[in-house]
Amino acid sequence: MADKTFIVKIKRQQRPDEAVRWEEFELRWRPHMNVIICLRDIAERPFTREGKESSAVSYEANCLEEVCGACAMVINGKPRQACTALVDDLEKPIRLEPLTKFPLIRDLQVDRSKMFDDLKRTKCWIPIDGTYDIGPGPRMAPEKQEEAYPLSRCITCGNCLEICPKVNADDQFVGAAIVSQVRLFNMHPTGAMHSAARLDALMGPGGIEDCDNAQNCVKICPKGIPLTESLASVNGQVLRHAIKSFFTAPKTIGSAAPEG
Amino acid sequence: MSAPKIIVVGGGLAGLMATIRVAEANVPVDLFSIVPVKRSHSVCAQGGINAAKNLKGEGDSTFKHFDDTIYGGDFLANQPLVKSMCEAAPSIIDLLDRMGVMFNRTPEGLLDFRRFGGTLYHRTAFAGATTGQQLLYALDEQVRRHESEGRVKKYEGWTFLSAVLDDGGVCRGICAMDLKTMEIKTFPCDAAIFCTGGIGSIFGRSTNSVVCTGSAQSALFQQGAYYANGEFIQVHPTAIPGEDKNRLMSESARGEGGRVWVPKTPQDPRPPRTIPENERFYFLEEWYPKYGNLVPRDVATRAIHKIVYEMKMGLAGDPAVYLDVTHIPRETLERKLEGILEIYQKFVGVDPHVEPMKVFPAMHYTMGGLWVDNENQATNLPGVFAAGECEYQYHGANRLGANSLVSCIFGGGIAGPAAVRYAKGLESRYENTSAAVYERERVRQQDISDTLLNAHTGTENPMTIWRELGDVMTENVTVIRYNANLQKTLVKLDELSDRFTRVNVQDRTQWSNQSLNFVRELGNMLVLAKVITMGALARNETRGAHYKPEFPNRDDANWLKTTIARYNGGDIQLAYEAVDISQLPLRERKYTAAK
Ligand SMILES: Cc1cc2nc3c(=O)[nH]c(=O)nc-3n(C[C@H](O)[C@H](O)[C@H](O)COP(=O)(O)OP(=O)(O)OC[C@H]3O[C@@H](n4cnc5c(N)ncnc54)[C@H](O)[C@@H]3O)c2cc1C
Ligand code: SF4
Ligand code: FES
Repeated sequence: MADKTFIVKIKRQQRPDEAVRWEEFELRWRPHMNVIICLRDIAERPFTREGKESSAVSYEANCLEEVCGACAMVINGKPRQACTALVDDLEKPIRLEPLTKFPLIRDLQVDRSKMFDDLKRTKCWIPIDGTYDIGPGPRMAPEKQEEAYPLSRCITCGNCLEICPKVNADDQFVGAAIVSQVRLFNMHPTGAMHSAARLDALMGPGGIEDCDNAQNCVKICPKGIPLTESLASVNGQVLRHAIKSFFTAPKTIGSAAPEG
Repeated sequence: MSAPKIIVVGGGLAGLMATIRVAEANVPVDLFSIVPVKRSHSVCAQGGINAAKNLKGEGDSTFKHFDDTIYGGDFLANQPLVKSMCEAAPSIIDLLDRMGVMFNRTPEGLLDFRRFGGTLYHRTAFAGATTGQQLLYALDEQVRRHESEGRVKKYEGWTFLSAVLDDGGVCRGICAMDLKTMEIKTFPCDAAIFCTGGIGSIFGRSTNSVVCTGSAQSALFQQGAYYANGEFIQVHPTAIPGEDKNRLMSESARGEGGRVWVPKTPQDPRPPRTIPENERFYFLEEWYPKYGNLVPRDVATRAIHKIVYEMKMGLAGDPAVYLDVTHIPRETLERKLEGILEIYQKFVGVDPHVEPMKVFPAMHYTMGGLWVDNENQATNLPGVFAAGECEYQYHGANRLGANSLVSCIFGGGIAGPAAVRYAKGLESRYENTSAAVYERERVRQQDISDTLLNAHTGTENPMTIWRELGDVMTENVTVIRYNANLQKTLVKLDELSDRFTRVNVQDRTQWSNQSLNFVRELGNMLVLAKVITMGALARNETRGAHYKPEFPNRDDANWLKTTIARYNGGDIQLAYEAVDISQLPLRERKYTAAK
């Protein structure tokens, strides 16, 4: 019996400033294939369906078990992780495209450093005094841990930004992932002491107010993170914080901050 | 003199901890990593991290942790630093807790602990079944904070190619390649700390991440760094076999009560749920009544091999056994194991809450690695330090589950300050190193890339060579080792190395050329594969994960020694070093009864 095959169409671009081309590859079907195996097959035999010699496709991947976030791409029109995209579950031909909300590097590889920069800007960390041995951390109720833990599973894949109508060339909404991280750090007993700085960073253009409540993010998140809850919670925090800072802002030289 | 300059290569747990410690000393540090550090392989760690906190009233102690670790490692680890690690472990957990790791909690709000393999105590702290991810993120966040305050500069998307060694063999910097522009550059420093992780890729399919190739370790080895105990490779008993990778089903599944079994009737065609209890063979529980399903990994792995290959009792149609958690309350599974059960569900399409999982052993971890001294994590190359899975220090002949994360953080925590001390003590800093030393190394590396890119006549596909490498290493150099097969493997490795000289990179562009990078890594993998195989061939005994049926016993008289591989102008030579057993007397290792 002849081998069963299927077609993968890939949107390719050798450099950001070069022309886009689509290539089609015919691959031999085996059980339990995922999109990563397809890309490896192509690397081992880089010939298009027409028999033209091509090259290995550039993409990012590391863990291959949906915990590092690297392999996000648009598969059959939907942003998702390539390692958990099983060939048998996908409509054929399979179409692979890079994420569009991030600068392209090559083929399916994009530059998501914006997300890491935003984590920096929003001070998403617990400011500990140092790594010296100064005893245990704060106690925490198991219920609180169970609320926080799912938030800490965000893999910075960027799928929630890809799907968000408010992340585009004109609106630079920071995205649900970052907002949810702010919620996480503001929940921690030590982190909460520094929540004001994080909320400040989410005010103004690109901040939480830009969220249109489209709710696409929560449906696309591969880790099932309750993003709409996070958006609502942080929105409330920012509002309260804005009111509070309005009344308590310190008088600085030359400013006309009202007395509280 | 100005402040010294430190480079850290690798941003997994070990590299991040080293970075934090250097930054804390107010010394500037450049951090290099192939992947954004937040995507490092440490995210894959599932089950947990060990520390004898003794919060369950079991009378656990750091000494018992130490004893379990040495015994589990079949007495091959140098003992003093292992002892210090076990003593430091509880404070490491405290530190991580302060950094905000969402560890599971008890009703009193304290940290919860679970049981892991090779111990009788609840000693493993955990954050669901994604502990490594949570720990890595906590350290990543601390590094980001130092970065925003100007003490750390990250070079993500760069790969290390080689150390810059001056005429006296002292490390004065590194040579690295930008994976986007393919530019090769040197970066000066006074000390470099390597935390480049595991080597799973050498075995083709493993539980490791894609970038775990051991390429950096191999490059350093070829520059004169010693490589120790390479032959000790851990094969984890329970993974889901896959074509791209074997996905781990953490030991924590058994720690929470999961049981391993096969039907008593070989090839029983009935669905597992319909097979009554008395027709199931819980072979680990029967063979090892004291430790049961939580025997150390090498023991469990060999037992599964015996069931499948010798006793022919594997599951119908699959070389596999059942890992069963269906009897555990759903609520417990969701709170403690969801991360891994989700992996099974997503990749196999079967719900492990109701159906036993099918698992088989897979290459998982290297106990061997860069040789370091037993004080400072210093390699034999002056100015080069190493920590984490890429070095050999803590796990002897077999690593206990949940001991790696603690050794990464402990080792990284030592390497950082040690590198700073070394750098501050230098008589002459990198500023005084002549530009020619850097240029020489840059040109050497540029030539390698140019030669590969210009070799239009190459006939060998790199992916094919890699697949054959993985196949031969997995077949002959993992669970069971026969000298004849190891010899054949060396012949095959020579053949592959020869074919590698005719490799065709195919992609000749100078922009994000992943093929070029992979080919360079592959060359290094072939060298390390040889180190591993030679070490295995030479060691005529059975110890920990190294099992030779022809030499079935541990042989302390001849083999209680560390293997040290050295590279000499293309030749690999093995030498040996005595093991420091100053703290615990030798005992026979057997898990059929309590120690
Ligand atoms: C599936 C799985 C589950 C595990 N579960 C546990 C567990 O529950 N408990 C436990 O204790 N251990 C566990 N382990 C083992 C543990 O995860 C690893 O040993 C540990 O995370 C290694 O950390 P590391 O810091 O040494 O390296 P890694 O986290 O692998 O990081 C290596 C770093 O080096 C960088 N790098 C590599 N090469 C280069 C180069 N040439 N140039 C530049 N950068 C480079 C990478 O980008 C990365 O940043 C598990 C392992 C696996 C595979
Ligand atoms: S919130 Fe979900 S979709 Fe968004 S980056 Fe995190 S894991 Fe990805
Ligand atoms: S490779 Fe890590 S999420 Fe897919």
